[in-house]
Amino acid sequence: MQNISMTINGKPVSGDVEGRTLLVEFLRNDLHLTGTHVGCDTSQCGACAIHVNGIIVKSCTMFAADADGALVDTIEGQANADGSLNKIQQAFQDHHGLQCGFCTPGMVMAAADLLKNNPTPTEAEVRHHLDGNICRCTGYHNIIKAIMAASGQDVSAIAAE
Amino acid sequence: MYNFDFVKPLNVADALVALASEEAQALGGGQTLIPTMKQRLASPEKLVSLSGISEMQGVDISGNIVTIGGATTHANVALAGAFEGLTGLAGGIGDPAVRNRGTIGGSLANNDPAACYPAAALATGATIVTNDREIDADDYFQGMFTTALEDVEIITAVRMPIPQVSNYQKFEQPASRFALVGVFVAKYADGVRVAVTGASENGVFRWSEAEGVLSTNFSADAILGMSVDSSEMISDLHGTKEYRANLVRVLTGRAVSSAS
Ligand SMILES: Cc1cc2nc3c(=O)[nH]c(=O)nc-3n(C[C@H](O)[C@H](O)[C@H](O)COP(=O)(O)OP(=O)(O)OC[C@H]3O[C@@H](n4cnc5c(N)ncnc54)[C@H](O)[C@@H]3O)c2cc1C
Ligand code: FES
Ligand code: FES
Repeated sequence: MQNISMTINGKPVSGDVEGRTLLVEFLRNDLHLTGTHVGCDTSQCGACAIHVNGIIVKSCTMFAADADGALVDTIEGQANADGSLNKIQQAFQDHHGLQCGFCTPGMVMAAADLLKNNPTPTEAEVRHHLDGNICRCTGYHNIIKAIMAASGQDVSAIAAE
Repeated sequence: MYNFDFVKPLNVADALVALASEEAQALGGGQTLIPTMKQRLASPEKLVSLSGISEMQGVDISGNIVTIGGATTHANVALAGAFEGLTGLAGGIGDPAVRNRGTIGGSLANNDPAACYPAAALATGATIVTNDREIDADDYFQGMFTTALEDVEIITAVRMPIPQVSNYQKFEQPASRFALVGVFVAKYADGVRVAVTGASENGVFRWSEAEGVLSTNFSADAILGMSVDSSEMISDLHGTKEYRANLVRVLTGRAVSSAS
């Protein structure tokens, strides 16, 4: 066991982990931050996507000990300070960007990662950025629509039903 | 996954000391090794993370040479924009999260037959720099998952001569997003080099016939009539030997047309 500490959603945390403890296991099992999901556990699906030092990573494919000292952001820290949904989350609700919701934490974190560096992406750029996030329900169109809407762009022409 | 001791040295010297013990293994971005350990196909007793070693980070361009630290992530290689072929290749590996963790050293050490970086290293005639020697790319790749690396040897940097023009074309295997076939074309003052990944049972290789033709006539038309021997190509449910052999020719043509 080794003692690690990091800042998660602005709060300092620490804990004892084994070498093999994955970052997602530390979040979910030790800290009970269960918003980050495990879909595949094989680095394919992106349900476990979080931000480490400001960039998106798959927390099922990083050891907790490798994140010692890092700044970590998870879905639990995404809402506005008053508890209301942030712009991306609200857009997912408004545009029906989720069905079962299992992929949604990873989708929201991927969207946040994209919009931080590219505030008005094209539809193709959004799709490219979501290469590592799999959704088995929605068929993606409404997710793309939600992210485009969160970026303040007109989405009336996207996946119009 | 079996448990192990995790260590994160801050310099190459300390990493080598840590790696010297029996059953120790280097950890780059873990994008290959962690899934492998989950399947218990690897079970090191000690993992030596290279991600804290600052001397192995970053991209330096000086004169006609780009030097990439062995622990530099794909995302940072793409950001550095050293030359077209390399930037496009790094920015097309996997997905954003994989690119933020996976490293050039890990990719070259692993030498997956469908990995992208081996094509860039071979096509540019790169030098693989390790803690104790420099290895020519032509000597480094020794077949699927096999390289010239010794047991306790880490890739500290990779040096590539910058081509006049270059391009990487990857035909994605849609499920894994690895290359079903990938072709890197690099044109230098003294000739053209063409490296192919994803296609051969012997791992990355140079298509020397095309190199000869393209060195005198750098145009996609020049290789239109050529064919690639399919006898040692990979055959699986994603594509037959013949399909892959044909893709090599088609992608080489596209790479030549797109090279800038
Ligand atoms: C979903 C997904 C999609 C992917 N798509 C692609 C793709 O399209 N193209 C592609 O090329 N790759 C792809 N990859 C693989 C990815 O690029 C890996 O990052 C890479 O192959 C291994 O690099 P790593 O730094 O993660 O190494 P690790 O997984 O940490 O290590 C791999 C091996 O290299 C050794 N090693 C690590 N660093 C060094 C070093 N500096 N010196 C010596 N040995 C070292 C380790 O001991 C281990 O044996 C994909 C991976 C995933 C999960
Ligand atoms: S659970 Fe991590 S990528 Fe699927
Ligand atoms: S909403 Fe069900 S997996 Fe995406």
